[in-house]
Amino acid sequence: MNGFLAIISRDVALGFKAGGGTVQTALFFALTALVFAIAVGPDTALLSRIAAPTLWAAALLSALVSLDRIFQADFEDGSLDVIVETADLLEGRVLAKAIAHWIAACLPLILATPVLALLLSLPAQGYWPLVLSLLVGTPALSFIGAISAAVTLSLRRAGVLIAILTAPLYAPALIFGVAAANAGASGAPNFIPSLLFLGAGTLFSMILAPLAGAAAIRFNMS
Amino acid sequence: MGVFYELANPERFERIAKPLQPALTAIAVLLGGAGLYYALFNSPADYQQGDTVRIMYVHVPAAWMALFCYSVMAFSSAAGFIWKHPLADVSAKVTAPIGAVFTALALFTGSLWGKPMWGAWWAWDARLTSVLILFFLYLGYIAIWESIDDKARAARLAAIVAIVGFVNIPIIKFSVDWWNSLHQPASVFRDGGPTIDGSMLRPLFLMGAAYMIGFGAMLIAAIRNELMARRLQRLSEVAGRKASTVNVE
Repeated sequence: MNGFLAIISRDVALGFKAGGGTVQTALFFALTALVFAIAVGPDTALLSRIAAPTLWAAALLSALVSLDRIFQADFEDGSLDVIVETADLLEGRVLAKAIAHWIAACLPLILATPVLALLLSLPAQGYWPLVLSLLVGTPALSFIGAISAAVTLSLRRAGVLIAILTAPLYAPALIFGVAAANAGASGAPNFIPSLLFLGAGTLFSMILAPLAGAAAIRFNMS
Repeated sequence: MGVFYELANPERFERIAKPLQPALTAIAVLLGGAGLYYALFNSPADYQQGDTVRIMYVHVPAAWMALFCYSVMAFSSAAGFIWKHPLADVSAKVTAPIGAVFTALALFTGSLWGKPMWGAWWAWDARLTSVLILFFLYLGYIAIWESIDDKARAARLAAIVAIVGFVNIPIIKFSVDWWNSLHQPASVFRDGGPTIDGSMLRPLFLMGAAYMIGFGAMLIAAIRNELMARRLQRLSEVAGRKASTVNVE
């Protein structure tokens, strides 16, 4: 358990340091929202309708571009070797890395979401469902992404390949996340079913990611 | 499992596969010919869809094969993963492009059918979307094989990608169904028997069998190809090594 928490605190600390990626990912998130807004134009009614889907898509893209940070740096400087050698259960370490990615890359986006939602004129009743759906759904992005990051570990410049492998698997999270956020924004009180499905997907990916990720790391290190 | 272990020897596989390939090809051509005859000339036009219903005889079996090939790929991957069966890795690798082509065929013929029927080449309907995602899963799997040089490592890592994709397919399917549905519900494999008339089922099943056996023939041909390509590569490496030692001497 100590190793588990140690990896989380180390990765989060590294992420928040200058050049660690957290700030860049949050900036990328804001810029994606800006790009969408500019492309759509200053039609406030249209913007307010697509605010929640836009922010979900922006969060998904931000997660995609930050995935190669989960294992790549540790693989290059050799600390992944140490982690693999000293771990009593590699699966647990992979889970810790994925959780650290969520804290360092996704949590800041969720904190920035209300401000960006304001710029995209999201209806007032939509804030809470949007933030809630991101809180429940974005861990799935980190978990599933950790699998692709582990598979492409030994490849140079794997960024695009990670995106190709991961994006199709993100479809369920995106669908249920946007469904919950949209239902909430349109004032429908029952956005709970979509949220529950989203949570189920997150829990499922939490089981799948350590197993597949640890297997991929073992094959890449052997 | 005994049969599968015997096939692990490439020479024994070659002995069985060599006569099997033309036999399966011939059967597939015969079945496909009969199926096309019934589909185009000897089956009724639909009372609503008219003659466009004949696209179904090419489209529906392709959609079946799109899923079937992914299953073959995932189970071959699992077999290669668990039993380290050398032919299983090869079969998973060569199934991917075949499955991707079936998927593309299903999407293309579906689009041809959609234009007169729905008035649009494409609709973001649940089934179209999930088949499109399936197509991208195939491409991702192929991309992994393309980007890793070491064959043994590529096989293991691609197997993980295939298996992760396979366990996610039902979830993707369910989520996309939740998202939107315009496509007609399943009408052949359902509780209470098919809702399609026998005159239309005959060409459909003939074409399905032709696709399936044709896939078998293509799979065998592709495995033989891959085995020969690997042998060729090994031989040229050995030849290159010999040549370089001669130069040193």
